[in-house]
Amino acid sequence: MEAMYDRGWSDGLPLVAPTRERVLRMLEGTSRSGDEIVALVPPNLVECTVEKVAVNAVMAGCRPEYLPVVLASLEAICSDEFNMHGILATTMGVGPVLIVNGPIATEIGMNSGVNVLGHGNRANATIGRAVQLVVRNVGGGAPGGIDRATHGSMSKLGFCFTEDEAGSPWTTLAEDRGFDRCVDVVTAFCGEGPRILVDQKSRSAESLTRMLAECLIATVSPRTVMGMDALLVLSPEHMARFRDAGWDRARFMNELGKLLMVETDTILAGAGGIDEGLPEGLGGLTLPKFRPGGLLVVHAGGPAGLFSAIIGGWVNGPTGSEPTSREIIR
Amino acid sequence: MTEPVTVLDPTAEAIPAQRSLNPRPANLDGLTVGLLDISKPRGDVFLDRIEEGLTAQGAKVRRYAKPTFTKPAPVDLRHEIATHCDAVIEALAD
Repeated sequence: MEAMYDRGWSDGLPLVAPTRERVLRMLEGTSRSGDEIVALVPPNLVECTVEKVAVNAVMAGCRPEYLPVVLASLEAICSDEFNMHGILATTMGVGPVLIVNGPIATEIGMNSGVNVLGHGNRANATIGRAVQLVVRNVGGGAPGGIDRATHGSMSKLGFCFTEDEAGSPWTTLAEDRGFDRCVDVVTAFCGEGPRILVDQKSRSAESLTRMLAECLIATVSPRTVMGMDALLVLSPEHMARFRDAGWDRARFMNELGKLLMVETDTILAGAGGIDEGLPEGLGGLTLPKFRPGGLLVVHAGGPAGLFSAIIGGWVNGPTGSEPTSREIIR
Repeated sequence: MTEPVTVLDPTAEAIPAQRSLNPRPANLDGLTVGLLDISKPRGDVFLDRIEEGLTAQGAKVRRYAKPTFTKPAPVDLRHEIATHCDAVIEALAD
């Protein structure tokens, strides 16, 4: 244990010793060859094999059946569009948030319910951790080195969960992104930790949508428009408002989008005595808070509680990070 | 006595090449200094001041900018700076 800490392999928590036997057992979780290259892992752009991922997955506490999800997650975050290098290098406290869709989530015992964004589930906790250990140990992206985030966040330790698909009246996140429901998919979103949104009084879809919009406008800062994405995690009790009203995902996104328009005159630099803001040349416009496709919505959480959660993003698009999905190969 | 445990190496098992910095120039007379703006807000304000100071000391200045601060400088840009400059200053800002 201490020898592994001494070598800088740990994220701070104890590690499982990656013995040859445990790594071989881990490799039984995938049909892929141990010497197959999975990704070029930033920041050092190191070719990472399935076996190296398995070593780190053992250390994180994964079971072999989690390995395909870890591998697909690494393929997603090490892509050019996700830009893991920039996410490591930014001083903003963001990291990869991994959302798993498809039958594999239930089969390996992932949690989409009570404490979904918290603790208590081995698959949720260790898949995200294994991905981050690969970035640290194989890629060389350790805190204090290239990762000099001002505050950091729990998404840097490992942030992975699954959607409550069976309990949702809507299409899943992966379906919304073009995959069939029967396909196993992981979607990586560059995000901070969750902030809880409280609305215990709304009984109509219209009222709750207005409340969600009011909270979402403040994501990252009320003065950012279109430049940062967000992930909204709707709880079952909040989703019930939309189910009762007969709103599908498209109707919800349309109604919410109408409320997420910002008068730029109110967020110009200097407006309200605040120096931060848009340049003067962008005054007089009405712009959406999120770019098209910049607000991801999933359904997850325990059955009781009139809360939802907002996970703010980072710089989006080709100059930042794109939400990135990859099919999970067993 | 317990048996020793053998563990597999989770790292890249690579030793990065160590490169030393070039020697610091004794003075800036006739040297070309590249100023690389990483494209954060107000990096240009900072580099404008640096350029004034360097020019006053007899250096020639060439200005460069990364397309975005969120990604490493493209290889072509790094090559251009290395080809045309004797020294480089990279500017963060905000």
